[in-house]
Amino acid sequence: MSSVSRLQMVRAVCAKDLRIEQRSKVLTSQIMPFALVTLVLFAFALDGDAILERTAPGLVWLAMLFSSMIIVQRSFAVETADGALDALRVAGADMSAVFWGKCFALIVQLIILEVVLIVGAIVMYGIDLRISGLVLLVTSSISATCGLSAVSTIYAGLASGVRGRESLLPLLVLPVASPVLIGATRAAEAAFGAGGTVVSEGWPWLGLLSVFAVVFSFGGSLVFGPLIDD
Amino acid sequence: MGVELSAQGDESVAVTLRDVVVLLGDFPALAGLDLLVNRGEVVMLTGPNGAGKTSLLRLCAGLVPIARGEGTVMGADLTSQRASVRSRVGIVGHSNGLYDDLTVRENLEFWGSLIGAGDDELRQAMSIMGLDGRLASVRVRGLSAGQRRRTAFAILVVRRAGLWLLDEPHAGLDSDARDEVDEVLRRASASGATVMLSSHELDRAQQLATKEVRLAGGVVVGDSQ
Repeated sequence: MSSVSRLQMVRAVCAKDLRIEQRSKVLTSQIMPFALVTLVLFAFALDGDAILERTAPGLVWLAMLFSSMIIVQRSFAVETADGALDALRVAGADMSAVFWGKCFALIVQLIILEVVLIVGAIVMYGIDLRISGLVLLVTSSISATCGLSAVSTIYAGLASGVRGRESLLPLLVLPVASPVLIGATRAAEAAFGAGGTVVSEGWPWLGLLSVFAVVFSFGGSLVFGPLIDD
Repeated sequence: MGVELSAQGDESVAVTLRDVVVLLGDFPALAGLDLLVNRGEVVMLTGPNGAGKTSLLRLCAGLVPIARGEGTVMGADLTSQRASVRSRVGIVGHSNGLYDDLTVRENLEFWGSLIGAGDDELRQAMSIMGLDGRLASVRVRGLSAGQRRRTAFAILVVRRAGLWLLDEPHAGLDSDARDEVDEVLRRASASGATVMLSSHELDRAQQLATKEVRLAGGVVVGDSQ
């Protein structure tokens, strides 16, 4: 018998989640179309190029936030469908490793979704991505994704044993994730130059997103086990 | 290292409970229960609905806390060493703890990876449970109920669980699948694993069991060898 490090457990959980997603294709066949349809509907609702160009960053992150709820629900539905989460507890699995593993798998899926949404917004809304804003856009998107994944994993774990968790999860996550929405939107506005903003205006928002991601990631790894246990 | 179904450690006792109270909210699911289970025994829990069978199994799995009393499972204290208890037991209830979109082998690989089980142990577990060959590469969602249950038992083998806690292991299975479960449990018992099971299939369970414990109102009201 060989001992297993926390890193190996994290890798096992992350690989398992990504393999399940690869098999079920929920991200590509359901969530991506949903996110793109949302972008199209925003365009119909806010008819007018000037408005769309100005609001595109916010619309992208709203679509992102709503779509992420489906991914998170799915991530924990596979754990609860046949009692695997209980089995993980009984198996004495390091729940902070489970948290990190699920978090990393979510980050991978959300980043793929973000790329699709940003490309979709560039095509549909006709916004310009300046080269000078590319670094800000990439770093702020990654920070926002890490924070969103962490906070979603914490609350999805908390809600996993509760009846009506499908409707409860957005109620729990969306208010707490509002700093991510605000920060990521402002940073994206600066990256895109929406409303006459310049890239330098976006860096403070990257700071906020980074602090949010660090606090909820490390906080989550500490509280996830006790939350699941209780 | 080969797969071991036998209990861990040298002690002869698998479970000791003294005056144990377990609360579900304010309701005492176990109300001052005493129990002794020796290693290698197959213990059948009987009693009406609400007698405390499931609560007793979940307690022994370290899933619910003791409100009063004391107990040990596989040598670990149920109050202060619940994490240790969990690593030494396996529980299969109405659910199997499987991932539908993974194959049988992938499920075992995942659970094995959490404790560092090697390929030999996975192969041996699949062989013991009759899951080798074509079945190993079938996705769990394509398995029959009996095959799913056998996969869940194979995970207990991979996890080297010394105490098997089975809540209604025959529930939802057809006659052939129930026979499969019985055969697997006989093999586990013959290999030295300690088994505690509740079942409404009294005749089947009695044929498997070496000891019967009758529960009512959250306490033991009788036992027989």
